[in-house]
Amino acid sequence: MSDNVIEARGLLKLYGTTPAVDAIDLSIRRGEIFGLLGPNGAGKTTTILMLLGLTETSGGSVDVLGFDPVRQPLEVKRRVGYLPDAVGFYDHLTARENLLYIARLLDIPRRETNARILEALKSVQLADVVDKRVATYSRGMRQRLGIAEIVMKRAEVAILDEPTSGLDPHATFELLEMIRGLKKAGVAVLISSHLLDRVQSVCDRVALFNRGKIALMGTVVELANKVLGAGHPILVEAGGIDVPAVLRGIEGMQQVVPEGVGAWKVVADREIRATVAKRIVAAGGSLTRLAELQPSLEEVYTRYFEEARHAA
Amino acid sequence: MPREGSPFTGLGPVFVKELSDHLNSTRMMVLTLFVIVFGALPVGFTLQEIRTVTASDQFLFLRIFTVEPERMPLSFVVALNFMIPLMAIGLGFDSVNSEFNRRTLSRVLSQPLYRDALLLGKFLGGLATLAVALTALFLIVFGAGLLLLGLPPRGPEVARGVAFLLVAIAYGGVWLAVAMLFSVIFRSTATSALCALGLWLFFFILWPMIASAITTGFTPTQFRSVDEVLTLEQFSSALARLSPGTLFGEAVLGLLNPETKAFGYFANLVMAQTRGMIPGTPLPLDQSLLLIWPQITGLIAGMIVLFAIAYIVFQREEVRA
Repeated sequence: MSDNVIEARGLLKLYGTTPAVDAIDLSIRRGEIFGLLGPNGAGKTTTILMLLGLTETSGGSVDVLGFDPVRQPLEVKRRVGYLPDAVGFYDHLTARENLLYIARLLDIPRRETNARILEALKSVQLADVVDKRVATYSRGMRQRLGIAEIVMKRAEVAILDEPTSGLDPHATFELLEMIRGLKKAGVAVLISSHLLDRVQSVCDRVALFNRGKIALMGTVVELANKVLGAGHPILVEAGGIDVPAVLRGIEGMQQVVPEGVGAWKVVADREIRATVAKRIVAAGGSLTRLAELQPSLEEVYTRYFEEARHAA
Repeated sequence: MPREGSPFTGLGPVFVKELSDHLNSTRMMVLTLFVIVFGALPVGFTLQEIRTVTASDQFLFLRIFTVEPERMPLSFVVALNFMIPLMAIGLGFDSVNSEFNRRTLSRVLSQPLYRDALLLGKFLGGLATLAVALTALFLIVFGAGLLLLGLPPRGPEVARGVAFLLVAIAYGGVWLAVAMLFSVIFRSTATSALCALGLWLFFFILWPMIASAITTGFTPTQFRSVDEVLTLEQFSSALARLSPGTLFGEAVLGLLNPETKAFGYFANLVMAQTRGMIPGTPLPLDQSLLLIWPQITGLIAGMIVLFAIAYIVFQREEVRA
C-alpha cells in the first residue's frame, strides 16, 4: 500500500467550457495535515467534492485510499469524513440524535453506537450538551459537532472545508487543537481555507490555488523560499551601537533593513544568529532581541498574487 | 461508467428518520387536524341523515363516505379528494430544498449512501406518514359509523372500504411526488410550495372549465348517431382524467358505489342497453375493481413518472451552495 491516501492526477472539472479545476495533480500522505489555500472561487471546494465523489469529474483520475470516488463512492464515503463549508445540522434534533442518524447511515453496530457517540462528543468537549437541541448551539459548537461526526466515523481521511471561517479567535484556537488531535490519531487531514495565518500553524504542507490551478505546493518554508527568495530572515533589536555597521562583512549576509526604532531585519543565506550575537556584544551594544522570523504564508500569498497579476 | 454498491444502501435509516420527523412535527398535527375537521363535518351530517332512512340498503355503511348531506354540499370522499393533495403537498414541498437550505445535504450525502436512497427514503417516509394519517381517519369514520348506526359493516363493505383506503394513499402519493419534484427543482421552499399549490388549484378550479371549453369546441351542431355522443363523452372524460383528482373520484365512485357500471351518463345508458345490465343493481367487488383498474393504474403510473422526473433532476443537481 502506498503512503499516499489521496492521489489525484490531471483532475479536471469543466463548467461549460470554463475549467473550474484545471488538470491538477495532488497527493496527500498518510497522517499529514494538508492545506488547500487560495481565494474564494479558486476551485478548492470543487476539488474536494470530486475527491468525495459528490460531483462528477470531467477528466483525470483520483484515488482515495485505493478506491475510485467515481465508481466506488460508497467505499470512499465510508472511510472519509467531510465537514462542509458552513456545516448544517438538524436543528430540531439533539446532538445525540443528529449523530445517531449518521451512525445508522454508516451502519455502526447498534451495541457500539451509544458509546461511540459519547466518546466522539467528549473528544470535542460537547459531552455536557449531548441532549440539547442543535438549534441552541453556537457556530463554534456546530463545527465541533462536525468534527465529532468524523471522530465517530473513525475516518482515515478528514476533509474540512473552511473549518475556521466565521469563528472567533478562541473558537478557532480550540478547533485547530482538535484538528491536531485528529492528526495525532493518525488521520490525514485536508483543510481548505482562505484564512492563511491560522491555517499555516497546523499545516504540514500546503497547496496554493489560483484560478483552478495549483500555483505552488510544498511546506510553508519551501513556498517562502520560492516566492520571497531563499534566506534566513532574523530580527535584531539592539541599542548603543550602529548595528548595520557592526554587522557589515558577516559571511553570507545579504541585507540589513531597518524595522522601526532600534530594530533591523537581517537576511542571510545561512544561519548567522550566533555570529550576529557575538559581534554586537563584542562591539559593546545591548542586544535585547534576536529572533528567527517565520516566513508568513500571508506574505507569500500576497506577493505571489501580486506577481501573478503583474504577469497577467 | 458503472458505479458499485447497492442504490438502496442507507434507505432504511433515511425512511425511519423521515417518518419520525413527520410524525413528531407540528405541521403534521395541523394537517391532520385540518383533515379531520373537514372529514368529520360531512360524516357527522351524513350519519344523522342516514339514521333516519328506513328503506333497506345493502351498502348502507358505504353511504357514510359518499352521501352528500343536505346541510352541506360536500360528501366525505369529495372532501378527501380536495384535502389529500393539500396534506401531501404540506408533507413534501420542502423535503429536499430544506436540506439544502439547512446545509445538511452535503453532510448527509458524504455518508455512504447514494442520492437514490435519500430521495426514495424521503418519498416512502412521506407516503408512510400519509398512510398512517389516512388509516387513522378511515378508522375514525368506520368507528363513528359503528357507534351511530349500530350496524356492523358486512364483508364486502369492509373490502371495498379497504380498497378505497389504498386508492386514497396512491392518490396522496401522486401529490407527494408533485411536491417533491418542485422541492428538487426550486431552492426556495416558498416557491416550491406556491408551485405545488398552484398546480393543485389549477387542476381543481381551472382544468374542469378548460376541459369543458375544449369539449364544447368539438361538439357538432347536430348529433347523427349515439356513437357520436358517446365518442364526445369519452373525449371529455379523457381530458378530465388528466387531473389526478378525476381519477381518484372515479375510482372511489366505482368502489364505494357498487351500482356504478361505467363513468359518464351516456356510457351508463349504453352499458344498460347493450349488455343488458339493469341500472341500480350492484356489481360484485371483482367487477368493480376491474372497472376502476385503469384509474388505479393511472394514479400509480403518474406517481412513478413524477418520482422518476424528480430523481433525474436531483441526480444532476450540484451539491454545493
